[in-house]
Parts: sequence; structure tokens; C-alpha cells
Amino acid sequence: MFRNQYDTDVTTWSPAGRLFQVEYAMEAVKQGSAAIGLRSKSHVVLACVNKTSSELSSHQKKIFKVDDHIGVAIAGLTADGRVLSRYMRNECINYFYTYESQLPVGRLVVQLADKAQVCTQRSWKRPYGVGLLVGGLDESGAHLYYNCPSGNYFEYQAFAIGSRSQAAKTYLERKFESFMDSSRENLIKDALFALRETLQGEKLTSSVCTIAVVGVGEAFHILDQETVQELINEFEIAGEEAPVAEPAAPDQAGVAGPAAPDQAGAAEPAADDDTLAAPGDQGAAPMDM
Amino acid sequence: MTKQQANWSPYDNNGGTCVAIAGADYCVIAADTRMSSGYNILTRDYSKIIQLADKSVMASSGFQADVRALQKVLASRHLLYQHQHNKQMSCPAMAQLLSNTLYYKRFFPYYAFNVLGGLDNEGKGCVFTYDAVGSYERVGYSSQGSGSTLITPFLDNQLKSPSPLLLPAKDAVTPLSEAEAIDLVKTCFASATERDIYTGDKLEIVVLNASGLRSEYMELRKD
Repeated sequence: MFRNQYDTDVTTWSPAGRLFQVEYAMEAVKQGSAAIGLRSKSHVVLACVNKTSSELSSHQKKIFKVDDHIGVAIAGLTADGRVLSRYMRNECINYFYTYESQLPVGRLVVQLADKAQVCTQRSWKRPYGVGLLVGGLDESGAHLYYNCPSGNYFEYQAFAIGSRSQAAKTYLERKFESFMDSSRENLIKDALFALRETLQGEKLTSSVCTIAVVGVGEAFHILDQETVQELINEFEIAGEEAPVAEPAAPDQAGVAGPAAPDQAGAAEPAADDDTLAAPGDQGAAPMDM
Repeated sequence: MTKQQANWSPYDNNGGTCVAIAGADYCVIAADTRMSSGYNILTRDYSKIIQLADKSVMASSGFQADVRALQKVLASRHLLYQHQHNKQMSCPAMAQLLSNTLYYKRFFPYYAFNVLGGLDNEGKGCVFTYDAVGSYERVGYSSQGSGSTLITPFLDNQLKSPSPLLLPAKDAVTPLSEAEAIDLVKTCFASATERDIYTGDKLEIVVLNASGLRSEYMELRKD
């Protein structure tokens, strides 16, 4: 009822005790294309839907490597996501420089959350319009966190954000209890199944999605398109049922070293949201950014 | 009234010698593993060599605390580069970065005498040699550190290309094979160890070529 009067800037409360600008920022997250994260005891899988503004352009980059042990999937204003990824990368580099050990994931998400909170309490700033699914590994195991534009963060066994994420969440809610002890392959399969839910009937192919994995003995990397397509073929052949036994060789291709990024092509100077095309990152990238 | 002098020095010299030789499609980087202070040996097993990127290896003698700090700065900068450019730094790029990093501390220098070795963008071996404040040059071979005065004349004798005015024209690139270059390096250190008290214990040799990186060790005199 009072929304229009109290939503002009982020430093104004509504009579009901809400900050509408922050809530609008969270709305931006819901508009972005879906991103999903799941974790087991030893691995974290991030998956996202590739949205392209047109057939001619390459798709938006939504998964970023932050360090060997941390990666992030975003939904919402991807420009904000890119900036926050750069911040996270710097924090990891600086921490390693000082302590010669990996920045624990929990510490990084707190720093990120504090950074987001600042933008909810300055009249000359606006909240970041991006939700981040931070997946990483540290001494205390595998972790998945969700960072909100509001400055809140939560740890999850599995989560989905972005448009039509509710469908994915429903699938994850059914299966999540098995994730902790899941194998790496089954975790990826579950991610693909959950991703398919968000596509609402559209065919799941490797050109429509991006999958990234981090785990014990496995640095964060994005799986290449062939590997993803092989995995999709395996479970689609198996039908709608739960994922079957582990595949033999194909996954190894996705694990070893630099994965060729899925995205290639010209950069598009589009205006907003997930519609901005990714800059062409060619070649075998040692860091899949 | 006499000028006030410092009663301590922020620097120490931990001794040691580094050598690098560039070949047609390989690069050999070597350094001894002795770390000294004054007339004492601190350890016989300290590596002065670090791999900064896929195709760049740096060996540094001098004050090892400064060397370590320099290595950390370069490693962080390389990570940053990879994030921004989605690829590893080339050796010539790393060479420039090292020069800039050294000059950045022009008025409180890193007490580090560096040789950077690796493969250039065409896959040929390259060696860059530096002074403490970042002046650098690409060369076919170089030596730095306490034994450099003993090794450099010997390398000049073996490897230095004759004047380009001479006829018939002779190739500037080291004509040695990889195995010959490694042998030459071992000879250099064996000789330097004899006369330089700060060089000895063990020799660490790193070879960089198209197949990647490999390390080799050789015992040196421990006296």
C-alpha cells in the first residue's frame, strides 16, 4: 500500500519496517536466468542456464572461477556479478599472499555479505542486483552459500535462484537428503535434472547450460561442452528416472586440467541483465574465468 | 659534525649463484642450494628457483628474504593476470613485469639478482638478466650471484657469439643441444664451487622445453 512513497531511496524505511529498494534488488535476482548449486561431502556442483539475447550473440557468462577452491554462479545483474567476482578474486589472492593458505569459504562469504550490506545503508549507493551461489572447498569440507543483495547469506545443501528456480527447488527438495553421500557423477546428474526442471519442456542440451565442479583433489573448473553433452545423453537415455550408475570414462575428460570454455563469439554491448553477451574467451584457458 | 650513520643494515647477502642458458627450443636454469650468512652456512638445501608461469622460471641470488617477497608479489600478479586475460603470462611479459616490480622499489630495492628463463612466444629459449633495480636485457645466457664473476667469463668463452662483422656469418643462438647445455652448466658450477665459498652443496637444474618442466640435481662440494 505504501510502497510508492517509501521506495525512492535505500535509506528510507517503510512504516512496515521494510527497505523496498533492497527488496527490488532481490527482485532483479528473480528475473535473471536460473542458477543451481548442490553439494556433497566432497564436491560442489554449480549449474546455470545460458540465456542469449539473440541467436547471433554468445551467452552471458554466469559462472566465475574465484580461486582453485572457490567458484561462483550468479543470477541477476551480471555486471554487478562480474564486479563482485573480481572483488572475491582479489580477496583470495591477498589472503594467500599473507597466509600462504586458501581463504576459507565461510570467511569470503561474510566479507561479501558485509560489502553488500554497505550498499543498503548509504544514500548515494544502490544495492547490488545480483544473487551469488558461492561453492567452495576448505578444511571443513565442501560448502555452498547463497549471498543475497540484502547482505544476508545462508549455507545450503542445495539451492536454486533466478527465473523458474522454484521448479528446480522442488526437485532438489525431494532429493537433497541423498546429496551429502552422493558421488561426484550423481551430483552432476542431479544438477542437470534440476536444471531441466527450470527449462519447462525446452530440450536440455549442452549449449543451453553451463556446469562447473569443485571437489577434493579437483580444482574449480567449468566442464567442457562435449563432457556435458555426454552426461546429458546418458541420463536422457535412462529416461525420467533417477540417475543410474556412474559412467566410466567420459567424466575423466571433464576433470583433467583446463576445460575449453563453452562460450565463444563476439561481445555484445547490450544494456542490462542476463542479456549482455560474454567477451570471447578463446583457447584452452588455464583459469576458466 | 659527522653525518649520522645507520647502526644496522636491512639487508643481508645469503650468497649463491644462478645461471641460465637459452637454446633453440629449450631453456636451462640452474642455481646452487647453499644459503649463507657471513662465514656461516644457514642451510645446504634451499631452492633459489621458482616457476612463475607455464613458461617462465626465475632464479635469484642475493638476500633471500627479499627474493621470497619478490616471488610472492610476482605470483600474485600472475594470478591477477590470468583472471583478467584468461591465459598464462608469456615469458617476455613476465620479464617486463619483473623489471617494473623491481623499479617500483627503486629507493629501497629488493636485494635480488635475478635471471629469468623460459620459452618465448615462438617456443624458442629466452633468458633475461637483471640488476637489483630492474634494468634488464634479453640474452642467450647469463649468470648472477657470488659465483658470477667466475662463471661469466667461462660462458663467454664457450657461448659468446662472435662479432656480426666477421665472415662467414655465425649464428647468434646457442648451437648447443639440451644435453650439452646441461653438461656445460654442471661444469660451470663444479668450477665455481672450487673457488667461491658461497657456492656449493647441491646444484638444482631446471629444464624448460616443449614437453614441460623437469628438475635435476647434482651434488657439489660441501666445503
